[in-house]
Amino acid sequence: MVAINRFIKDFGIARIIIAIFLLSLFIVAPIFGVRVDQSINDVIVRFGMNSIMVLSMVPMIQSGCGLNFGLPVGLIAGMLGAVISLEFGAVGFAGIAIAFAVGIFFAAIFGFVYGMLLNRVKGDEMIIATYVGFSFVFLMNIMWLVLPFKSPASVQGFKGEGLRTTISLDKFWIHQLNDFWKIKVNDYWTIPTGMLLFFAFMAVLVWLFFKTKTGTAITAVGSNPDYARAAGISINKMRIISVMLSTMLAAVGMIVYEQSYGFIGMYNSPLAFAFPSVAAVLLGGASVNKATILNVVIGIFLFQGILTMTPSVINSAINIDVSEIIRIIVSNGMIVYALTRGKKGGE
Amino acid sequence: MAATDALLRVEDVGKSYNENIVLKDISFSLEKGQILGLVGENGAGKSTLMNILFGMNVIVETGGYEGEIYFDGKKINFKSPVDALNAGIGMVHQEFSLIPGFTVAENILLNMENTKSSIISKIFGKKLETIDQEKIKKNAKDAIDLLGVSLDTDTFVSEIPVGYKQFIEIAREIKRDQVKLIILDEPTAVLTETEADILLASMKRLAGLGVSIVFISHRLREITMACDKMVVLRDGNVVVEVPTEGVNVRQIANWMVGRDIGNDKIEKHDISEMDEKDIIFETKNLWVDMPGESIKDVSLKIRKGEILGIGGLAGQGKLGFPNGVMGLFYSGGEIIFENEPLTLNNTLEALERGIAFVSEDRRGVGLLLDEPIDWNISFNAMQVQDKFLKTYLGFMKFRDDKLMRTVANEYIDQLEIKCTSEKQLVRNLSGGNQQKVCLAKAFAMNPKLLFVSEPTRGIDVGAKQLVLDSLRKYNEENGTTIVVISSELEELRSISDRIAIVCEGEIFGILPPETDITEFGLLMSGEYKINEEGEKVWLR
Repeated sequence: MVAINRFIKDFGIARIIIAIFLLSLFIVAPIFGVRVDQSINDVIVRFGMNSIMVLSMVPMIQSGCGLNFGLPVGLIAGMLGAVISLEFGAVGFAGIAIAFAVGIFFAAIFGFVYGMLLNRVKGDEMIIATYVGFSFVFLMNIMWLVLPFKSPASVQGFKGEGLRTTISLDKFWIHQLNDFWKIKVNDYWTIPTGMLLFFAFMAVLVWLFFKTKTGTAITAVGSNPDYARAAGISINKMRIISVMLSTMLAAVGMIVYEQSYGFIGMYNSPLAFAFPSVAAVLLGGASVNKATILNVVIGIFLFQGILTMTPSVINSAINIDVSEIIRIIVSNGMIVYALTRGKKGGE
Repeated sequence: MAATDALLRVEDVGKSYNENIVLKDISFSLEKGQILGLVGENGAGKSTLMNILFGMNVIVETGGYEGEIYFDGKKINFKSPVDALNAGIGMVHQEFSLIPGFTVAENILLNMENTKSSIISKIFGKKLETIDQEKIKKNAKDAIDLLGVSLDTDTFVSEIPVGYKQFIEIAREIKRDQVKLIILDEPTAVLTETEADILLASMKRLAGLGVSIVFISHRLREITMACDKMVVLRDGNVVVEVPTEGVNVRQIANWMVGRDIGNDKIEKHDISEMDEKDIIFETKNLWVDMPGESIKDVSLKIRKGEILGIGGLAGQGKLGFPNGVMGLFYSGGEIIFENEPLTLNNTLEALERGIAFVSEDRRGVGLLLDEPIDWNISFNAMQVQDKFLKTYLGFMKFRDDKLMRTVANEYIDQLEIKCTSEKQLVRNLSGGNQQKVCLAKAFAMNPKLLFVSEPTRGIDVGAKQLVLDSLRKYNEENGTTIVVISSELEELRSISDRIAIVCEGEIFGILPPETDITEFGLLMSGEYKINEEGEKVWLR
């Protein structure tokens, strides 16, 4: 009994409820005629698509910059990488490699400026980041129209300038990672090995980074800035490094998402990712100032599991589409829950 | 003590926080119209006693107090300051609680305003009566006149010099109906000598009107000048309760710091063997802007291999010194370390040159509470000196977790840190063990010069001794120069080779630890200053 109580306390009651809910959805799925293998397939694919975006929360949380509500900044860098790669007309592996390179390059620049901004608003990072995310999306909305993109695949067909709202990757690098070493289990279930391996690779990189001297310093800045300052560490520098890292990861995450989705969503599409990513990492057990890779993995699995299973199972059961409602309740509810809890933990 | 007409009678009052006894068998009494001086070192129990008298919540929350207090013939046990106010006790705190944007008059009569009734208030009740500005001004003026100072009641408090704000606070207290006792907590700390004299005169005038006063001050001269009787507290006990008549400052200083201590002192270095010329660290006209602990002008030479104690009362600036040297608070002046100038306000350089610091703010600055012990111990050495790192590919510097664990375990054994393992979070350790982790962190850097600030604050007796012993041992084994900053004079006397006393942001004198404690007491209270030629210059 003690062990159980301890497990509940460590794992968090909210997380357990969601895990049980998810498990029961899998159990009842066959009753309503939903295929379990297809459901698992969906969960795994969505896991791979969103994983790196959620992973990108970690550096900023660790450095004390809070949850990265300004995720769109990095996502836009990823979108820039993708559309510029299309301009070169590069296909296949070369295409996605160019997208990564350009995306990371822009993310580094954006991250640096974004980090400097966050250093000026210490204590209010999360609220400011939210506004930065929103305003940057709308600034870029103008840019997508104005910048001289030429590739016929990405510009609006009727006038030949300005980007489309969704750009198909069909002829370029669609499923470049998904199809790498893919394992076809049956008609309904294909494991996107490449995408999962890529996430594992990025996760190991982040994990290794936090074992370096700089990574240790960043953790200390997040844990107690005064302590770090007394150890002669430049707090602002460490914070900027972490913000740049988060932004670059977000750019990579966006490209991974696009190649799996098959389209580049332009204009307002980055806005749809910030809250779910924040919610996922919180659901995984991260707090406002501490996050681990394990938190990320658990979080995306639970969050994406709920998102995938509720529409198929519940819609089949009651014939009403409640998936969107559940998604909003889970993601926003989780953010509220975690933020109030974070205040207490952080004194 | 017979049941005389004493206004305040405290009988056998005791108070302990958890296991820690702060007050024991406190008894004294105060007659109507008398001024009682309350003297004691920091931590002697003055504030706790005042908190009990004023019914502060902290007392009730921590389980109340023992003993009995009679006020105005009735036994009291206040549950909140409001009860105390209603009973006729007023308190002026060290920090001003005035509203800067209000006038003097408005501040004095805040929440006791004279009001005029109007039609609206007759319908909707007393809360809506209009304020009678003229009457407020007149009332405030009366109160100020009573104190014997001249202050314009229309001035905004923000424009009033600091010295006068104290009077507004006092005026507010005496304006309350039937105030019988006013507690003044170090009212003269922020005042200049002349302002203090005016305040003392006002106090006497008030006492003449039948108001009793409890006056807390560390300026002993003021106690002898203004008070009718005095109570000296030391380690939570009343040492003496005497009329001030005929008592001199020297005697009070002795009562204040004197302790019955065994002569089991640790053996000292022979100070004469230490070369006077061998100076490892020197400051010239150092000033540090640390709120509440700023220092103005400190020129100090520290000899290689010694343990230098820095003492002084709280707020005089002894903490500002190490914090300024380490660049944690803004400082100016000149610092020379190992014959080369040290850049000010540069923490990293100080650390790199081999200066380590154990902060007095253990939980705030000294520790990563949410990280394990081994992290805390190795962090500084890792970041500053590249220890505990393994290098791959020539540039990738990774944490050497294994070495961190090993070293942490060595220190855990050596300093007897009580913990479940080196991976326990520091937050879950007791104060004493946290302090040991702080020391281990500094030792891990192998410093040439180590500043240790308040090493025994808030830790129990056993741990105290261990911390002091390990400092002494480290000094002897490694020849490290150590500067210990502490409010506890006895502790400094037991460990230091020399003791510098800081008062009013300056070093007032450096004495050998064997010196009569009275001298330390007088130095700490700023009664005199020892100049460079070693002569006493009496200031008060």
